[in-house]
Amino acid sequence: MAGGTSFSRWLHRASDSDVWWSFRSSSLTIAAAVVTALILILSFLSPLLAPHTPFDPSTLSLSDGLKPPAWMPDGDWAFPLGTDDQGRDVLSAIMYGTRLSLVVGMASVFVSMLIGITLGLVSGYVGGVTDAVIMRIADVQLTFPAILVALLIDGVVRGLISVQRHDEIALFVIIGAIGLSFWVQYARTIRGSVMVEKNKEYVQAARVIGLSPVLIMVRHVLPNVTGPILVIATINLGLAVISEATLSFLGVGLPSTQPSLGTLIRLGNELLQSGEWWITLFPSITLAALVLAVNLLGDWLRDALNPKLR
Amino acid sequence: MAGNVPLLEVKNLRVEFPTRRGTLLAVDDVSFEIAPGEVLGVVGESGAGKSLTGNAIIGLLEPPGRIAGGEVRLEGQRIDNLPYEAMRKVRGARIGAIFQDPLTSLNPLYSVSRQLVETIQTHLPLSAREARARALDLLKQVGIPGAEQRIDHYPHQFSGGMRQRVVIALALCAGPRLIVADEPTTALDVSIQAQIIALLKKLCRENGTAVMLVTHDMGVIAETADRVAVMYAGRIAEIGPVRDVIKNARHPYTRGLMGSIPSLGVRTERLTQIDGSMPRLTEIPAGCAFNPRCTARGERCLVERPDLMAAGASRAACWLHDARGVGMPVPLAREAAHG
Amino acid sequence: MAEGSYVRIEGLKRYFDVSPPWLVRVLEGKPRQIVQAVDGIDIEIAKGETFSLVGESGCGKSTVARLVVGLYPPTAGRIEFDGNDIATRRGQGAHSALRRRLQMIFQDPFASLNPRWRVFDIIAEPIRAFGLSKDKADLEKQVGDLLRQVRLTPADGAKYPHEFSGGQRQRISIARALASRPEFLVCDEPTSALDVSVQAQILNLMMDLQRRLRLTYLFISHNLAVVYHISTRVGVMYLGRLVEEAPTDTLFRRPKHPYTRMLLDTIPDLDMTGRQRAPVAGEVPSPLNPPSGCSFHPRCPFANERCTVERPKALPIEGGSVACHAIEEGRLAIEDRSYAARG
Repeated sequence: MAGGTSFSRWLHRASDSDVWWSFRSSSLTIAAAVVTALILILSFLSPLLAPHTPFDPSTLSLSDGLKPPAWMPDGDWAFPLGTDDQGRDVLSAIMYGTRLSLVVGMASVFVSMLIGITLGLVSGYVGGVTDAVIMRIADVQLTFPAILVALLIDGVVRGLISVQRHDEIALFVIIGAIGLSFWVQYARTIRGSVMVEKNKEYVQAARVIGLSPVLIMVRHVLPNVTGPILVIATINLGLAVISEATLSFLGVGLPSTQPSLGTLIRLGNELLQSGEWWITLFPSITLAALVLAVNLLGDWLRDALNPKLR
Repeated sequence: MAGNVPLLEVKNLRVEFPTRRGTLLAVDDVSFEIAPGEVLGVVGESGAGKSLTGNAIIGLLEPPGRIAGGEVRLEGQRIDNLPYEAMRKVRGARIGAIFQDPLTSLNPLYSVSRQLVETIQTHLPLSAREARARALDLLKQVGIPGAEQRIDHYPHQFSGGMRQRVVIALALCAGPRLIVADEPTTALDVSIQAQIIALLKKLCRENGTAVMLVTHDMGVIAETADRVAVMYAGRIAEIGPVRDVIKNARHPYTRGLMGSIPSLGVRTERLTQIDGSMPRLTEIPAGCAFNPRCTARGERCLVERPDLMAAGASRAACWLHDARGVGMPVPLAREAAHG
Repeated sequence: MAEGSYVRIEGLKRYFDVSPPWLVRVLEGKPRQIVQAVDGIDIEIAKGETFSLVGESGCGKSTVARLVVGLYPPTAGRIEFDGNDIATRRGQGAHSALRRRLQMIFQDPFASLNPRWRVFDIIAEPIRAFGLSKDKADLEKQVGDLLRQVRLTPADGAKYPHEFSGGQRQRISIARALASRPEFLVCDEPTSALDVSVQAQILNLMMDLQRRLRLTYLFISHNLAVVYHISTRVGVMYLGRLVEEAPTDTLFRRPKHPYTRMLLDTIPDLDMTGRQRAPVAGEVPSPLNPPSGCSFHPRCPFANERCTVERPKALPIEGGSVACHAIEEGRLAIEDRSYAARG
């Protein structure tokens, strides 16, 4: 079973599959995928593609400050979407900011998945008191809105360490806070699937061979319960990005030296009253487009992977 | 069937499924008749198309499946092209249905009396009191003990066998001329199966109701049916009086099938086995659909598709019974052993 | 019974506690509920033979299979395999030499293979778990041989289970069960989910393998005709108890227990002798509330006072045993039955 041929066979099967076909036949989904891909590429390649480096003070000049978007009078095509009061190019700021938002979003989704899948697996497979305890903790956490939980965790950490230290590790704190506030959904879904799978005969066959529960959970049950995970993760990505933006908007997220989309929106908000609308509008549009596109993809994925709808 | 109009006439029925890979033909040119009061067994293995044939007749094909050709006539009148409302009236009043799983055939939220009364009143002009009396009578006929009390119980309060009896009562309540029963005993224990089969036979004989009994279980057919149709890959391979088909099958598939069933009369070392398996709908071979597994095949079988032709007291779709025969024998390759 | 029986089961019991949760019980005053799924079974299986357990749903035969293989610990009793007590062994994690020699084939061909694993890995798993191969090449050879043994090809190892039909998946299950070179196979209704012609293929295969590899089978089924075809001895279960047990020919030609007779009467008459199945009244009672004394007495035409209070003991007779007061008291005559050969 050579690796090369098995990959090409997988590719052949994937291109022939129902999932790919349902993707191709929905223009809305294709549009959403294109938008997401575009945003991903532009933001992650921002050091290469951005016209300016807005967060390097040495490249800034106050005389460039508060320029409106290029198509308006006083605009300058060197700064297509205008500049803020410090002379930072809004377009470049959006690209770098989106990158940061996405990094936080994806990392916190990853953290949520890790916690949620592990707890869900253990809870579903072991059952009994362990299951009851984990589910009660999940229930309690669900009574709090995710933002509140993230705020709480963030606030506690801030209280525990000094301000400079905090700025350095702010990124990790935010990722951890958001990650910890969203694990419940994964855990519950996985737990349900695990409880169904563990009674199936292939799991019993593995027990007859005498494998340890951990091995059975990871090698046999886990691959079969990950279906819904992708859907949850995609929708969760949108939520995580919004959460980070909210926290940054409230001023308790990333510091302004590493601005994300949320921070940009906050900065622009302060200038809104004096008529410089472009500084807050364009990051908001980007945020909305990103989250919408990701959610649409998640919706499609859920329907495509649902065996009953096929 | 001397000069009587058959109760049910199925002519050249075709059922197909459009899929993105092309259209699959699941029932291919199936024709048969059922006389009033007769029990016709339709037997076949999974994928043969027998359930689809039954569903097509009752008008319960699940989309995207659809009838693509042929006609179905009940007492001379076409029913396959009726609009939904008209078919709904036919169903229940003139054709009753019994499905495999008694658990899902009954609505768990309504009591048995309500389901029976509702069905009766839909099809017969009876008052609520009269309908309930009829329902009670039916429950007694199907052998529910303590029917007066149990009529108001809910389905989950009955055991599997009892539920199936209720389903039979429901199927019979409007006095249909034909019952289509799809695997009515498969989900039940063997001892209950015997009871249900005896009940079905008795009631149908008493009421003159014809039965189309779809099943994979030859034993049920042997005891209940007057005639049997054996289906393979969407076509009828053989059809005839049940005694003939079982004891003296004319089609190689039927013969292989009968040989596969262990018998209590004799202990053989090996059961007769037909190598390979029924072809999938997407891979039906040219000529006779059974030819890749047939030990008696000849050249003709690979290219020409046989229709049902006279073979003793039955009819079989096999060139062995044609004057020209099968042509030069073509032995099976070893690869036929792999499904 | 023979000395040195290969598999010996004594007084095997397995009770399940299906009581409502503690809080509900306290608040509503509901009692504890115990299902006596297996209630004292004694079986001996000689090496190389096929012992079948038959019965209807709820009789406990599947539970017995799972007890023997170690999926549940017994509530009471002994299970001896080749002289070793396997009932009290520790649970999972112990790759003991005994586990290797004892494997199971399951009923549902669709649920018994992990849909995300390739067939090669499914079959290789026991070989890897028990450390039975030297290196990769040896592993591939062993898996290839196993696939050939069940009349599939080594190339099938690269595929996934959903690419196969029900009968082929059952073959893969058999190949997996044989991978650890077991001597004793527990087969839980391996052909019940298959079409009749496929069943014939699988049964023939299993009988061939038994001859060639000198296997011993514990075969669970509800299909009496199949059991007649492949068994050396048969045990009949009802509501967790063994009501009769005898060599196959004896059981079918001279059935003793009223339930056995009733079961044999329900076998359809494919030989078209015109024999009507005699439907028997009643249904299997709920295992939550089994009848007192002999659990068959509500449906038994020969029950007397004693049957309602006293549980019958197994009485050795004609090479087997039967648990029935009517037989013991001589009230019930034992007759010969014959079955027509299909012509």
